[in-house]
Amino acid sequence: MSVRADVISQILQIRGNTKKEFPPLTDDLVLVDSGLDSLAIAILVTRLEDTLGFDPFAEFDDASPPVTLGDFIQCYENAVKLSAVDSRPTV
Amino acid sequence: MKMPSNCLPSIRDQLCKASDSSGRFLWSAAASVSLGDLLRGSSLGGRLPGLLGRSVLLATQDQLAAALALVELDGVAARLIICPPDLPAEHLHSVMARGGVDAVVSDQGLGGPLCVTCSLTITPVKSEQVERRLTEWVLLTSGTTGGSKMLIHDLRSLTAAIDGLNLETDVVWGTFYDIRRFGGLQILLRALLGRGSLVLSSAAESVGDHLLRLGALGATHISGTPSHWRRVLMSPQARAIAPRYIRLSGEIADQAILNSLHSFYPQAAIAHAFASTEAGLGFEVNDGLEGFPASMVSARGKVAIKIEDNSLRIRSARTALRYVDGEDQALADKEGFVDTGDIVELRGDRYYFLGRRNGVINVGGLKVYPEEVEGVINRHPAVQMSMVRSRRNSITGSLVSADVVLKGEPDLSSANNQIADLKREILQICRESLAAHKVPASIRCVSVLELAAAGKLARHRA
Repeated sequence: MSVRADVISQILQIRGNTKKEFPPLTDDLVLVDSGLDSLAIAILVTRLEDTLGFDPFAEFDDASPPVTLGDFIQCYENAVKLSAVDSRPTV
Repeated sequence: MKMPSNCLPSIRDQLCKASDSSGRFLWSAAASVSLGDLLRGSSLGGRLPGLLGRSVLLATQDQLAAALALVELDGVAARLIICPPDLPAEHLHSVMARGGVDAVVSDQGLGGPLCVTCSLTITPVKSEQVERRLTEWVLLTSGTTGGSKMLIHDLRSLTAAIDGLNLETDVVWGTFYDIRRFGGLQILLRALLGRGSLVLSSAAESVGDHLLRLGALGATHISGTPSHWRRVLMSPQARAIAPRYIRLSGEIADQAILNSLHSFYPQAAIAHAFASTEAGLGFEVNDGLEGFPASMVSARGKVAIKIEDNSLRIRSARTALRYVDGEDQALADKEGFVDTGDIVELRGDRYYFLGRRNGVINVGGLKVYPEEVEGVINRHPAVQMSMVRSRRNSITGSLVSADVVLKGEPDLSSANNQIADLKREILQICRESLAAHKVPASIRCVSVLELAAAGKLARHRA
């Protein structure tokens, strides 16, 4: 499963636990207006940490936090790319 | 106006004395009230004299209505019990009985011994010659299933930290808190007694709309938990506000959120405060670093700090006076120090917060008692035992996580669909019985849980 698919799948699961109506999951969807409150976003990050093995926001010090769903997925995709670079064997 | 000597002037008296109240406002998402209008009238339909000397429960749906009633009732009621917005209905009777309530002020037609309606409509009233008294303010902590703790403060303890501050006159406060809990009440009192105005939060409002409102009303000083602020930084409307002062409290402020806020709002002074309903406002840290300088522990001042058994203890005029019904334990030790239950660690010349003693978890500023969640998880017939613990999270600081031991000798491999189904069932039970912040974010099935010598679950401190 791709990182994008993991993120979407977890969001759908968390949404499935409530009876609220939600906007469609597009890349330009603003996370805090997506119907997921901060608790739900935190749960999402925790579950993705369990699935993917990392939390890309643990050290978001000076970087801008994600605003849209696209930004959010990009954070995870970038972290995966970085870890792939880090784990390349040195010659 | 007759007032006993040595009695602190009431909020209303202090507002009258300030004489600049007409241009100052309390704003909610839907309405606003000028403090000048409030001083010339009443939100209680002129029924304030009937509440003289009574033990009053303030239970409103609307935050602004609560704020107006608080201004009027302080110095009049003998006791003022403030209902938080999320108090479960089944706890209301117990709170009223424990607090000796003999009058209710509400905007939702609650029954009760003497019910006075409060509203956002200010009706003109003649200046009431009411004898002033030092009202007991009773605040509820976010507690266990058995009920919240009820702590008594008075205006002196609630405002001791404000007294003597160099107060600016053009301050517009904003807060993400509800003013019916300690963190929000502190900001309401700062706005009222510090010659400012206040923009209230609204549970029904989106983060973006709240920020736009704060920006439009020119909020200069904004307060919230680290979780509130993380959410602000994730909003496209984060630039709608330009605060001069940012205040964090209610949770551990880590270096990441302090740095992020400094980068995003470089013009703002950023402070994180240690405060709790029991200990009052302990201290503020203004150097931009997480934790607090060790030198504060030995410093002489209005607040004395000591560290005992790794937990932070505070003695000051700002701590709560006592519990309403002398519940379970003394509030302070023999020397007058209140144990905050927050575990700290000395690294170099600074103390850092590690978490809460006894495993109490702070999710976005709300307490979660592990035993309550474990009790619910253990209802599942397949569960032998469980242990709930805190799990660090970059968005809310901490979340609830559960380790569960199943009966029999189940196959715990992650590929086991039965385990996945069981976890779903356990979560469903939790959702049906617990507030959302208490439901575990993750469940791990383990083969054994460590027990301490006394046979109790080994809850690792913080």
